[in-house]
Amino acid sequence: MFQKTISELAAGLRGNEYSSEELTRCFLERIERFDGQLNCLITLSAEQALSEAREADRRLRAGDAGPLTGIPYLHKDIFCTQGVRTSCGSRMLDNFIAPYDATVSEKLKAAGAVMLGKTNMDEFAMGSSNETSFYGPVKNPWDTQRVPGGSSGGSAAAVAARLAPLATGTDTGGSIRQPAALCGITGIKPTYGRVSRYGMIAFASSLDQGGAFAASAADAAALLQAMSGFDPRDSTSLERPLEDYSAELERDLAGLTIGLPKEYFGDGLDAGVAAAVAAAVEEYRRLGAEIRDISLPNAALSVPAYYVVAPAECSSNLSRMDGVRFGYRCENPRDLEDLYVRSRGEGFGAEVKRRILVGTYALSAGYYDAYYLKAQQVRRLIRDDFTRAFSEVDVILSPTAPAPAFRLGEKAGDPVSMYLSDIYTIAVNLAGLPALSIPAGFVDGLPVGLQLIGNYFAEGRLLNVAHRYQQVTDWHRRLPAGFAD
Amino acid sequence: MSLDKEAVGRIAHLARLGVDAGEFESYASNLSAILAFVEQLEQVDTEGVAPLAHPLDACQRLRPDEVTEADCRDQFQQIAPRVEAGLYLVPKVIE
Repeated sequence: MFQKTISELAAGLRGNEYSSEELTRCFLERIERFDGQLNCLITLSAEQALSEAREADRRLRAGDAGPLTGIPYLHKDIFCTQGVRTSCGSRMLDNFIAPYDATVSEKLKAAGAVMLGKTNMDEFAMGSSNETSFYGPVKNPWDTQRVPGGSSGGSAAAVAARLAPLATGTDTGGSIRQPAALCGITGIKPTYGRVSRYGMIAFASSLDQGGAFAASAADAAALLQAMSGFDPRDSTSLERPLEDYSAELERDLAGLTIGLPKEYFGDGLDAGVAAAVAAAVEEYRRLGAEIRDISLPNAALSVPAYYVVAPAECSSNLSRMDGVRFGYRCENPRDLEDLYVRSRGEGFGAEVKRRILVGTYALSAGYYDAYYLKAQQVRRLIRDDFTRAFSEVDVILSPTAPAPAFRLGEKAGDPVSMYLSDIYTIAVNLAGLPALSIPAGFVDGLPVGLQLIGNYFAEGRLLNVAHRYQQVTDWHRRLPAGFAD
Repeated sequence: MSLDKEAVGRIAHLARLGVDAGEFESYASNLSAILAFVEQLEQVDTEGVAPLAHPLDACQRLRPDEVTEADCRDQFQQIAPRVEAGLYLVPKVIE
């Protein structure tokens, strides 16, 4: 049952082959059996899940079911959920039970999807390995000595081990695509503004975007569909009609032009990853696509620009964590200053503190123009590179990450080396474009991710391009040994 | 730009962020490495380039000034560390 696609599961529920309650129990049992090894979940909400499943079964019997009604999913612990703790991977919010649902939580509830629990993540989504979580690192199911990527590491590892058929994520600099690549699954980040940020705990507001994890592009399309749409409660939400992402899936690829940015295939790219991506390019040629070499000349500036913009916005966003209204508060504060300083000092971990300090410095008097303003100017140059590229090609193809999953602890002491693991994903966030990662082979038993970047609002086309590849390959169906039965 | 321990102390104070004195050295070296890394931006000619605040150059959307939220004070204060009579409690500010 756990290997079925979403449309198969939905058909099984409608055909009375099994109930949502049985399906939910099947995945709860997998979590029980496997999560001790992986640490994907921060909070399991089994009782609530079973009650949601019974409600879904009533809807199914009443003929009032949508595509996700009765389908279990895991929710990244950055989305507020009324009544279930939302920790954001931080000691600061270890006791935080949100008084309201995020728009995404509300939409998935309305769709009848069954939330099994909340997934582990880098603290406040700041990390590329899931090692900054207050709740301990997540292990990669393909090799439990290795990281799953981050920040949505728990969601990605859980779908890879089929602890759930679907999971939500958020992507500020690659936090959906990089873990999807390292765990061998499909992950999509839509156009900035497509998924509401209301109730999604803010890290860097001009970059943060929610998205979906699944085994395949077709499954991810179903989840993204349910999460997306205009929301008046998010001031940057896109005010345009929502496309039907599943409608375009089968479209033929003849005539599609795919651009290969030369800057994404240079020094620092693992040879095995390069070979897997080259094989995928050949597959696309056979599917009828035309391949062109392109250039994104300012690509190398994306990581440094990001590490000004993201910390600056994070230092501002995280100022709300002050020990007064919610979250962690230190013991016996001497005075108000001590209350702020110690609550924040004790509540935040090392990487979050580093970024708050960098951001505070970049925004401080006398430095704003040199850092933040300069980075925002470079950001436009990076965006303009993409605009030029999309006047020549429909889709841009690249590796998602420069190398397969690295070992736990390998980069923990060197922030800059950790930041460079997002070198191919970050420019997309600066430009606000949609992009996804799909599995495209293995290097020494570890999955390789292929990134497809689309023009604004081209989520449907991207999912179509990914889906056609998955019809002629089976990388996305491989399961890690030890989690396959 | 390289930061010393005193600079880390000043920035931590601006952020009201507790950093143990024993960690100043490692933060100073981490932060210096990050700042050295982002300084490659200085080499870029951005004369006349408008800063990009929103990827789609969107403006702030306005809405009519209407009451849309109910009063949820009691509900919100249930998760506060310390409250009394509808007020958030903090250490005494004025002697």
